[in-house]
Amino acid sequence: MKSDIQIVELETDILVIGGGAAGCYAGIKIKEEDEDVNVLVVDKGQVERSGCLAAGINAINAYLNPGVTPQDFVDYVKKDSEDLVREDLIYTIAQGLNKATHDLDKWGLPFIKDKEGNYIPKGKRSVKIKGESIKPVMAKALYQSGARVLNRVNITNYLVIDGKVRGAFGFSVRENKFYLIKAKAVICATGGASGIYKPNNPGAARHKIWYSPFNTGAGYAMGIRAGAEMTTFEMRFIALRTKDTISPTGTLAVGFKAKQLNSLGEEYQKNYSKKSTPYRLLATLKENFEGRGPCYLDTTHLDDHKAEALKEAYLHMSPSILLRWANRGVEPNEEGVEICGTEPYIVGGHAQAGYWIDQNRRSTLEGLYAAGDVAGGAPKKYVTGSMVEGEIAGLDALEYIRSVEGVDVDKSIVKEEFNRVVGPLNREKGFTPRELEERLQKLMDEYAGGISSNYRVNETKLLEARRLLNSLKEDLVKARANSLHQLMNFHEVVDRVDVARVLVEHLLWRKETRWRVYQERTDYPKRDDQNWFKFVNSVYDSKEDQIKIIEREHKGIGDLDDH
Amino acid sequence: MTIRIDKNLCDGCGKAKEPLCVRICPGNLLYKDIDKKAEIRDKGECWDCAGCVKECPKGAIEMYLQPEIDGRGATLRAKKKSEKVEFIIKSGKSAC
Ligand SMILES: Cc1cc2nc3c(=O)[nH]c(=O)nc-3n(C[C@H](O)[C@H](O)[C@H](O)COP(=O)(O)OP(=O)(O)OC[C@H]3O[C@@H](n4cnc5c(N)ncnc54)[C@H](O)[C@@H]3O)c2cc1C
Repeated sequence: MKSDIQIVELETDILVIGGGAAGCYAGIKIKEEDEDVNVLVVDKGQVERSGCLAAGINAINAYLNPGVTPQDFVDYVKKDSEDLVREDLIYTIAQGLNKATHDLDKWGLPFIKDKEGNYIPKGKRSVKIKGESIKPVMAKALYQSGARVLNRVNITNYLVIDGKVRGAFGFSVRENKFYLIKAKAVICATGGASGIYKPNNPGAARHKIWYSPFNTGAGYAMGIRAGAEMTTFEMRFIALRTKDTISPTGTLAVGFKAKQLNSLGEEYQKNYSKKSTPYRLLATLKENFEGRGPCYLDTTHLDDHKAEALKEAYLHMSPSILLRWANRGVEPNEEGVEICGTEPYIVGGHAQAGYWIDQNRRSTLEGLYAAGDVAGGAPKKYVTGSMVEGEIAGLDALEYIRSVEGVDVDKSIVKEEFNRVVGPLNREKGFTPRELEERLQKLMDEYAGGISSNYRVNETKLLEARRLLNSLKEDLVKARANSLHQLMNFHEVVDRVDVARVLVEHLLWRKETRWRVYQERTDYPKRDDQNWFKFVNSVYDSKEDQIKIIEREHKGIGDLDDH
Repeated sequence: MTIRIDKNLCDGCGKAKEPLCVRICPGNLLYKDIDKKAEIRDKGECWDCAGCVKECPKGAIEMYLQPEIDGRGATLRAKKKSEKVEFIIKSGKSAC
């Protein structure tokens, strides 16, 4: 089978890996700025329905409504994230949010507007849309921009020459083709990572998860393997979601003013000091531990008209909850919606795990940029924040490539990656990707703070996770794949194992509890600003197979030009 | 949640190289089977984005909740009318 695979060589000026919110916008903005530059956007899916936005969304979660300033946005994110964030990155995101939103409007995404044509706020920093079509709308704008698009190619590693990133390798999941793509600069926009922990639902419902099951941390893993510095993996993201269908709850709580009630009918959030995103999750978990569960978002106050509007809002983002109501034979205003925590995800657009980048979204590897959920340091960027990062990266890359020459690639590097990538196709015996995936998810669940361990970790458990991950890594070379689809599944596990190993080292290093639930150390249960008000970063040394931790001081907003 | 393809309605998008659902599935889960109709590799890998449900010109694809998460037969289909999508939900009772 391996011998049937043909090696295809492509060349471009700027390679964008991942055609989601960040990648599409990067491509579009580069072409708007300079139509003569070659841009190639590669996606493992089909850009019209790939990534987080496949199902659609019903709000632009990051938008500055009248009266809200970029500094207000920074202050809000800071407060919600226990103060330790990259304020410079958040500020530069905030500056571009409204422009990105207006572009979506211009491209034809249906916004809900009042009679004067103003957007309707959902909360202070969000507006309502009917966003089922957001991905097709973005894809259309990308195609019209003149950027080239290569769909169904799973990127597996960067092409690194003399320490500089000069392209990437990948394979088609539909055709017998292995790609070598040469570029002067690379923008990584592959989104975050799901599937590291055992999910909420079993068996055939296992992919009924919140984050896209097809975003499997490839961008992080490629960066890790190439030695890029990563930040704050220990701040995982765990979402408060509707039980079973794992639909977002903001729609209910913010959009429809549903109160969080425990089984005694009490509005329990009032008994907790904070109301931030993680504290709403923490409160719900505590109510359950202490015997006052299950907890609900109460929708019984809605009139029939509002109940219909609620259904409509979910149809645009997470239609499965409508099936739940239909299966139960109830209308949304007849009973509350039960809520729960999801499995932990690694996602820089909600929490802040990701590449350590500068204000221009340059990673620590020359030639490589990161934008969107894969980039670290700036929580709560969501769709529009991811787009802004794509634009910043794209425009800086445009300047950067002017002084970069084309490269020659040594055949031996190509051969090495080819063999690593297609190896499992030649094995008749061995573990299946699914077996390896379940092994990873189980050990992370039990020893690195998954659902079954109430998201909590301590040193002894983490050391066991480290040991089990090391032995799992050894077994990855004994895997087999009998189709290109399975080969993709195999690489998804390989990437998640690399991400999980870094995650465990970060969790081990931070000896405090800063982000309740997301990063909860039972052996160090308090926030400790004196010793830990700093970033935990890491760099992987592939020769030694060692993850080295680097501590970085927190700096304020810094000297941004126009701050 | 996952999908079910009604083989009586699916025509594999006629002569098209790829049926529309196969073209867009974000997880690469759909393919054209030997009868030239769309098929899903593994129902457990579906995320339920509903992309295929909306895209299918024949309305041949429906979504349902798996029994593991309390699915009792209710289904969701969609009709695309120019730029707008109309969703149709059938309760478990009438679908069974
Ligand atoms: C269910 C859900 C609902 C959400 N709702 C909202 C909302 O209402 N409002 C809001 O503002 N935000 C919302 N968000 C957040 C928002 O969708 C994300 O923050 C945003 O899409 C991140 O952009 P991105 O480009 O980093 O990732 P994505 O948009 O996910 O794009 C990543 C792309 O990379 C591709 N890719 C991954 N790996 C590879 C590889 N190895 N090779 C090639 N390509 C690869 C993927 O196929 C994908 O197309 C929601 C997210 C989810 C999951």
